Amino acid sequence: MKLNAKIPQGQIEKKWDTDRFQLKLVNPSNKRKYTIIIIGTGLAGASAASSLGELGYNVLTFSYHESPRRAHSIAAQGGINAPKNYSNDGDSIWRLFYDTVKGGDYRSREANVYRLSQVSNNIIDQCVAQGVPFARDYAGYLDNRSFGGAQVSRTFYARGQTGQQLLLGAYSALGRQLKAGSVKFFPRREMLDLVLDDGQARGIICRNLATGEIEAYEGHAVVLATGGYGNVFYLSTNAKASNATAIWRAYKKGAAFANPCFTQIHPTCIPQSGDYQSKLTLMSESLRNDGRIWVPKKKEDTRKPQEIPEEERDYYLERMYPSFGNLVPRDVASRRAKEMCDNGFGVGATGRAVYLDFADSIKRLGRHVIEERYGNLFDMYHEITAEDPYKGPMRIYPAVHYTMGGLWVDYNLMSTIPGMYVIGEANFSDHGANRLGASALMQGLADGYFILPYTIGDYLASTKFKAVKTEDAAFKEAQSAIDGMVKKFMSMNGKKTVEEFHRELGKIMWENVGMGRNRGGLKKALAEIPKLRTEFWQNVKLVGGAHELNSELERAGRVADYLELGELMAHDALHREESCGGHFREEHQTEEGEAKRNDAKFSYVAAWEFRGVGKPPLLNKERLEFEYVKPTQRSYK
Amino acid sequence: MNVRLKIWRQKSRKDEGRFVDYEVKNVSPDASFLEMLDILNVELVKKGEDPVAFDHDCREGICGSCGIVINGRAHGSGRGTATCELRMRLFQDGDTIVAEPWRAKPFPVIKDLVVDRTALDRIMQAGGYISAKTGAIPEANSIPVPKPLAEEAMDAAACIGCGACVAACPNSSAMLFVAAKVSHFALLPQGEPERKERALRMVEQMDKEGFGNCSNNYACEAECPKKISVVHIARLNREFIKAELE
Repeated sequence: MKLNAKIPQGQIEKKWDTDRFQLKLVNPSNKRKYTIIIIGTGLAGASAASSLGELGYNVLTFSYHESPRRAHSIAAQGGINAPKNYSNDGDSIWRLFYDTVKGGDYRSREANVYRLSQVSNNIIDQCVAQGVPFARDYAGYLDNRSFGGAQVSRTFYARGQTGQQLLLGAYSALGRQLKAGSVKFFPRREMLDLVLDDGQARGIICRNLATGEIEAYEGHAVVLATGGYGNVFYLSTNAKASNATAIWRAYKKGAAFANPCFTQIHPTCIPQSGDYQSKLTLMSESLRNDGRIWVPKKKEDTRKPQEIPEEERDYYLERMYPSFGNLVPRDVASRRAKEMCDNGFGVGATGRAVYLDFADSIKRLGRHVIEERYGNLFDMYHEITAEDPYKGPMRIYPAVHYTMGGLWVDYNLMSTIPGMYVIGEANFSDHGANRLGASALMQGLADGYFILPYTIGDYLASTKFKAVKTEDAAFKEAQSAIDGMVKKFMSMNGKKTVEEFHRELGKIMWENVGMGRNRGGLKKALAEIPKLRTEFWQNVKLVGGAHELNSELERAGRVADYLELGELMAHDALHREESCGGHFREEHQTEEGEAKRNDAKFSYVAAWEFRGVGKPPLLNKERLEFEYVKPTQRSYK
Repeated sequence: MNVRLKIWRQKSRKDEGRFVDYEVKNVSPDASFLEMLDILNVELVKKGEDPVAFDHDCREGICGSCGIVINGRAHGSGRGTATCELRMRLFQDGDTIVAEPWRAKPFPVIKDLVVDRTALDRIMQAGGYISAKTGAIPEANSIPVPKPLAEEAMDAAACIGCGACVAACPNSSAMLFVAAKVSHFALLPQGEPERKERALRMVEQMDKEGFGNCSNNYACEAECPKKISVVHIARLNREFIKAELE
């Protein structure tokens, strides 16, 4: 496989302009002759569908939800970055670019990140025009707050529901196109395979989750906007249905999977309380603006937090990182919390938690200010734990949250399969080995509103298309393969539920491919995952029918894919003999316990190619060049 | 804790449906209501029985997927919480809990506790948007919005579209849902150009879908997981009447 990133020549400031000028255009009256299939209706998918519909393309959009508004982008809390410099604190496109490349620990593509930073200002303009009720100051202008990994205030927010408001903005734009008829929405459909014709992506196979019917759809291009794969860990902050099936099946059809081991563990989540737990709940990173993180100085201190005097508390992030303090990037904050707990300083019943304390801020600003900024988050914490965070500190612990890895795409967001584009969290493109807070919403909307609508036209205009129909052999074969898989599942009458297999896999992943990784653990994972997969295909138990709503059958397919993906993640983590961002190999750390990169050997994107289930995947490398931001040891001290 | 359940089971849209009794033992009071249903479902699957179907996704009260009428109340007895946020500690050991789907003509049952809420999407498509084309937009700060208005618009925009207001209303009215969107845009300068059309078209679609009218029962506000106020219904009425008169 040959990886051509197609990065335009010239100065970084001019690359996107150059690209846009060089991209071929589709004549306005020809656009309706092209059908674009979009999977997923989160920020990336909905913004792409509405923008492409507006341009005049014939768009078919699919979601396993009943309504486009249920996509998991809705749960993003804290905000969206843009270097508007409204705070007059020295922000610029260049600074956001620099912060993002550095925050990603020098494992992202400079040209992509620069473009992201450039278009991010337009996103804020777009969302305001759509009526997104961002927070404002008393003059009526937009307000900003700070986020981790940056020393400027550039995060726009709508209380603790920024993702919801941005998604509803994109959903409303999509709704307008649905009414206009340029976009058609297919609810409760799960994509189960990609159909290729002459090597081009020409359609999909999906299951109608309400009726069980296996359906085929054809088009001229396919866009995957299906989000991340954090649920491979079972417990994560992802929604229950978030899954990797669309990208995984595309990988098995020839799309390269880049940096699968780059997962983000978010530092501020509500700690796990029992085995019944079905998911973990994130508390926005914005809380670190006004909350101070600490543990008792004494090991296994069982006193109530209020009884521990100031001088017996260790505000460890402020102590270790005086210039960034509580606002260090996520990977650093998570790792330090784990380390504190590993060393016996953890708090709460399980000892796997640290305090996030608002007492000082409430004293300084008053309760009403904290309530206005974080009211819904405080309510959520109270609801779940039955503890009032206005009265005592919150307890937090890191949890799987986001996956920086994803399908490999070139500068124009096309995967290694011609005609298949990947946008939003589903691709690997912009965050390197660690994503900064408030950058996921930015990337999803940048891809959907302002990048894909230009780049996809170039492919459509410059490609010769054969007429295809869903009656063709390529579709029929894919359809019968999926039919076969469903039949196989329905005939299985083992002893263990899908849920039990998923939990077991999650445990293997969290213990060995989680926050801290080492050679021994990764090898153990590589031995245990295939064993579990074999057992799954012999001993899983399914109930219900194939031709009705059957949530067990839905989950069985997703877990089957996780049982393969988990192995690839372990493989990638084992091969990357360095630490960078969220990928922390315990063998590779500085004396101070920070991630130690090996730029000479690993300054590349690892793009894996499928070779068969259980067979070692093939490694392809895209070398990363840093012309503008020189890689150094990241320092937030 | 141990609980008894009376759950509505209905195989498909055409099936009649009935209550079936279950028992779940050793549930942690810290578990959520849906996690209790997870435990029940694992037991049912192990016995070879069909698990209870219910919609859910984010499990943190924002996606709007979940919705169960619990002991006669939409999303249960918690104030300002969705079904997924409901914790078992709100129940007593030995309680009998009745769980049934949203019941309203425009929300047909798909299976068990899962209903079809696409009617709400169609109402939104009728006018729940500002027609800002991608790219054809002014600089963000060129549209100042007074802070109190922005805050009130945000209160309305917080709607998660779960349909609890409809399920709670004796008339199956969707007025609070429609009002939240009309109000959100009516309060903002960006919403001004399409203000009248929006109110007319959304109400028209609401009627067409078969939702009832508002008779000031206020059950919608009481059960709304986002505590959206009926004040917005008053605003919707004003917007609608003004638009009709002109």
